[in-house]
Amino acid sequence: DDKLLTEPLSHPDFFSVKELFTLKDLFDARVHLGHKKGCRHRFMEPYIFGCRLDQDIIDLDQTMQHLQLALNFTAHVAYRGGIILFVSRRRQFCHLVESTARACGEYAHTRYWQGGLLTNAHIQFGPGVRLPDLLVFLSTLNNVFEPHVAIRDAAKMNIPTVGVVDTNCNPCLITYPVPGNNDSPAAVELYCRLFRMAIVRAKDKRRQSEAIEELR
Amino acid sequence: TLRLVCTTTAVQRKNVGASGPEKYTEAFIKKQIEEFNLGKRHLANMMGEDPETFTQEDIDRAIAYLFPSGLFDKQARPVMKHPTEIFPEQRKIQWGEDGRPFHFLFYTGKQSYYSLMHETYEKLLNVQKHQDQLIAQDLPLQKEKRNLAGSRWLTKIELEEMLLEKVSDDDYSRFIQLLEKLVALPCADIEEKYIQKFSKEVPVQLQKVVIEPLQHDERGVAFSTGEGKRKTARATAVVYDNGTGKITVNGIDILHYFPVLQDREQLLFPFQFLGRIGKHDMVCTVSGGGRSAQAGAIRLASAKALRSFVTEKEVELMRQAGLLTVDPRVKERKKPGQEGPRRKFTWKKR
Repeated sequence: DDKLLTEPLSHPDFFSVKELFTLKDLFDARVHLGHKKGCRHRFMEPYIFGCRLDQDIIDLDQTMQHLQLALNFTAHVAYRGGIILFVSRRRQFCHLVESTARACGEYAHTRYWQGGLLTNAHIQFGPGVRLPDLLVFLSTLNNVFEPHVAIRDAAKMNIPTVGVVDTNCNPCLITYPVPGNNDSPAAVELYCRLFRMAIVRAKDKRRQSEAIEELR
Repeated sequence: TLRLVCTTTAVQRKNVGASGPEKYTEAFIKKQIEEFNLGKRHLANMMGEDPETFTQEDIDRAIAYLFPSGLFDKQARPVMKHPTEIFPEQRKIQWGEDGRPFHFLFYTGKQSYYSLMHETYEKLLNVQKHQDQLIAQDLPLQKEKRNLAGSRWLTKIELEEMLLEKVSDDDYSRFIQLLEKLVALPCADIEEKYIQKFSKEVPVQLQKVVIEPLQHDERGVAFSTGEGKRKTARATAVVYDNGTGKITVNGIDILHYFPVLQDREQLLFPFQFLGRIGKHDMVCTVSGGGRSAQAGAIRLASAKALRSFVTEKEVELMRQAGLLTVDPRVKERKKPGQEGPRRKFTWKKR
């Protein structure tokens, strides 16, 4: 059992997450397109490549690195049987995110976030609840263009977060920010596909390793 | 080195009421069901009956016999029912042994409501996709009018019962809006079965008043009956055709039964209205009430009987004249602190 858990940690890319996407895929899905210069957040300036006709362009090389780290982390969490919660407050993609979560066998929350969900969980759900081990944000802002409450709550409860940060978002409290577009349907579908493939791969690998261990 | 973290001297008390009622695991419920079945067989043996054919009513009777209780509240008496009836459905624990919840929307708080919205939205997307396919093939879109008058959506309480969790007013109205949107699309017939789960039939409230046809007695004379009431009086009237205008009440002629002119006018009013004064005979029975009440009751009874002799337009005229309406006025009750229904006690200045 110990070997099952420690073996993936010795490889830098145990789940070969780098093969899931290429820079061309990101470009075709319009991930590099940001918001206008006026909407830019100060802390996103390191991730921005440049500005063309007042529209910010995100640096796809940095996005590649961040996305690989994020997918690798997600896969490791899924391998160790962790609970992953997909969060997004965009009404356009609510159905897509919920279907992705259902397909992976993980959980989703694309509705109104009640205040004490993470911080007051034992009273809201009942004693003995297990909180999510990873929060994945497909969109860090809520419907009023303010940072989602779940970022702050996850930081309070020591839960790691993975989030797609756009040029108007605050990447501060997110453990694995992924600078990229979260407004185009193509980009969001690409992210959902990538996360789903990573999680499914990790779970399959876990089942295979357990089967091999049992055979011994 | 670890530093000692100072905790408060005040003892942290467990807030017993804060975390809702106690939750049950699946294994607990299963054990309760096994115990219930065993207990049922023991009870059947005790009562000397066959364990295989021991129904719930037998159990109730046996318990009432073995544990007689004088308590008034039926729910306080000893009860032996199947565990699914005793342990409410929503208090089962929603996660498995490893802690992972069963439902993928568990962390939203309102899992059944949001999963319902998710499903309904999926049906909406299906219908839109089907519509797009039909448009791409240039086929006409079906438009069969759904019967809007005969159905209503589920009420909030019925939805709460269906989902086994509380639904707020806003959530309910949003759900109804989504359903209306789904129904408004032209190709919504595909999801008819899903929509029927949430709509209920409204029984048609209009009751057409059936006018009974004329009956004929042994001599071949057509007659018809009617019933009427006024205050506490109840009357039945039988109106015969080809008559001379003779009216009998309880076997007595109206001149003797109703000495007052006003009551006789009331009796004759329906005939005078239709212009059939000398053409019908009437035999009535009446009981209860006073002089005026009996007259009003017989008037209503005779008007109802005359409907069978007369065309629909004249029936409508009678209805508009108020001959077919039951008079709702009854004696008003006396209230405490007053002398009568309306009269107050005499006001004295000092």
